[in-house]
Amino acid sequence: SEGVERLQKAIQFADQLHEVNTEGVEPMDSVLEDRWCLYLREDDVTEGNCTKELLENAREKVEEYFVAPPGNIPLPKLEERETFLQGS
Amino acid sequence: CFWRRFQVSAALKEGHVTPTELCQRCLALIRSTRFLNAYITIAEESALKQAEASEERYKRGQPLGVLDGIPVAVKDNFNTAGIETTCASNMLRGYISPYNATVVQKLLDQGAVLLGKTNLDEFAMGSGSTDGVFGPVRNPWSYSRQYKEKSVPKSHSEDKESNWVITGGSSGGSAAAVSSFTCFAALGSDTGGSTRNPAAHCGVVGLKPTYGLISRHGLIPLVNSMDVPGILTRCVDDAAVVLGSLAGHDPKDSTTIQDNFKPFELPNLTDVSKLSIGIPKEYHAPGLSSEILALWSKAADLFQNAGAKVVEVSLPHTRYSIVCYHVLCTAEVASNMARFDGLEYGHRSDMNESTESMYAATRREGFNDVVRGRILSGNYFLLKQNYEKYFIKAQKVRRLIADDFMRVFRSGVDVLLTPTTLSDAAPYVEFIKEDNRTRSAQDDILTQAANMAGLPAINVPTALSERGLPVGLQFIGRSFQEQQLLTVAKWFEKQVQFPMIQLEEVERHNHGVFQDQKSTSFS
Repeated sequence: SEGVERLQKAIQFADQLHEVNTEGVEPMDSVLEDRWCLYLREDDVTEGNCTKELLENAREKVEEYFVAPPGNIPLPKLEERETFLQGS
Repeated sequence: CFWRRFQVSAALKEGHVTPTELCQRCLALIRSTRFLNAYITIAEESALKQAEASEERYKRGQPLGVLDGIPVAVKDNFNTAGIETTCASNMLRGYISPYNATVVQKLLDQGAVLLGKTNLDEFAMGSGSTDGVFGPVRNPWSYSRQYKEKSVPKSHSEDKESNWVITGGSSGGSAAAVSSFTCFAALGSDTGGSTRNPAAHCGVVGLKPTYGLISRHGLIPLVNSMDVPGILTRCVDDAAVVLGSLAGHDPKDSTTIQDNFKPFELPNLTDVSKLSIGIPKEYHAPGLSSEILALWSKAADLFQNAGAKVVEVSLPHTRYSIVCYHVLCTAEVASNMARFDGLEYGHRSDMNESTESMYAATRREGFNDVVRGRILSGNYFLLKQNYEKYFIKAQKVRRLIADDFMRVFRSGVDVLLTPTTLSDAAPYVEFIKEDNRTRSAQDDILTQAANMAGLPAINVPTALSERGLPVGLQFIGRSFQEQQLLTVAKWFEKQVQFPMIQLEEVERHNHGVFQDQKSTSFS
């Protein structure tokens, strides 16, 4: 399918990375690594109490709950997926 | 009468024009340039209210600062309280943010008037501003006298509608908004060049600040380790003013540095003899148009003739920057997009069979193929079996790229001078012949490395191409040395005297208020 084709092209493209010699090089997580370490602040509550605002953008809710469909149900098999999704 | 450089702020202070007049003119201009499709949402009511409040302050002689009453626009991937924030995606259509991004709040606190949210590529993925659900943005220069004079219609009956050019992306809407005079400054975002690329194509100044200088709180993230809010204005001085009001530590964004930031004014540099300009040879990339190459060379000569030291330098890993970006970006995207599941906000599919199927359907319906493609690639690279081989490898290459820059700056170079784009803006019909990923890989090649290394970079509009379209050049500076970078950029801007866009709609609206021929700035 198109998704897989795209992925294959993406992998091919990414494979160029292996042309580079990275012997002895450490991976870089952040460009700010020299400046300082990402800090952790004190575990104090500084904001919140905005339940109403947070619920405003949810489509399905009951009282202060977000409502999800039933869980623990596996997705349909690959062959059945197309028709399954078309039902949405 | 003529003013060489009209200063809107001064005019507001002196009462030559009121904030509400200014706001209304901009709104009217937005209306008459709707065909550009630069704006997704126009916040007319709230803008006028903000303008009125500003007017009160001016009447009392107490403006909040130089940005008070100044109309601005914000890219639609920044959260704006009470105003729809869509990221040009079905996933967030109808999403009304409950809060303002820090940078938006800062602008509002300074009295700026928020006119609306600008168009972009969906979730800021793209280099054309053509892949959003609200359609592509049109480059205002497509309708300029300069472009029309140079374009040869293919057939007598071919209307001007079909050869309009793209803005570049992904902050195309913001660039178009500034370029067409509908606002004085706009916010964009820059992850791989998304502010500088459209700035170059639209003939405006596009600043990518150092990573960690400006807060990303409220900017819907693409790549957490590279994203920065970008600033688009019509001149370098204005960019410095906006930077001054946005930069600084934000406790809500732990990746902002804690050093005290002091806003600065740019000196009028006259002596460049102490300056060392680096010309990285790898930026003579395949596909670079001969026009831009010539312009780049001319610019280097300009500095040399003015007494600056101009040296060729090498950034050997430049060509791997795009590949590295491809891996790191898709990996971070896969992670960042996971939050969109339809439960708390955004689009939710009607599919209700199970949680899993609801997620799958929601995400399939909400995201376009570009986004889904990146998520898939990212997840692939993050698999345990691939983690070392791709993700960690890319992180190592990232260090090599950043080290290349460090080495060059340590050798005494102050600022690098490079082209921003490979060519001037392409016609939309040409641009869409290739897919998004290919285009991004091609177009980001000159801008991406600065994001990789977290360095500040700026596009300065330089000249018009043979087709009558803007071409810009890029300056890349040292980390957190925005003052030096912008000072050099300002000097260069003064030397090149980039022409003002001759747009019918703008001329009609500006008659009577902005009667100058040069760029209209607010500072």
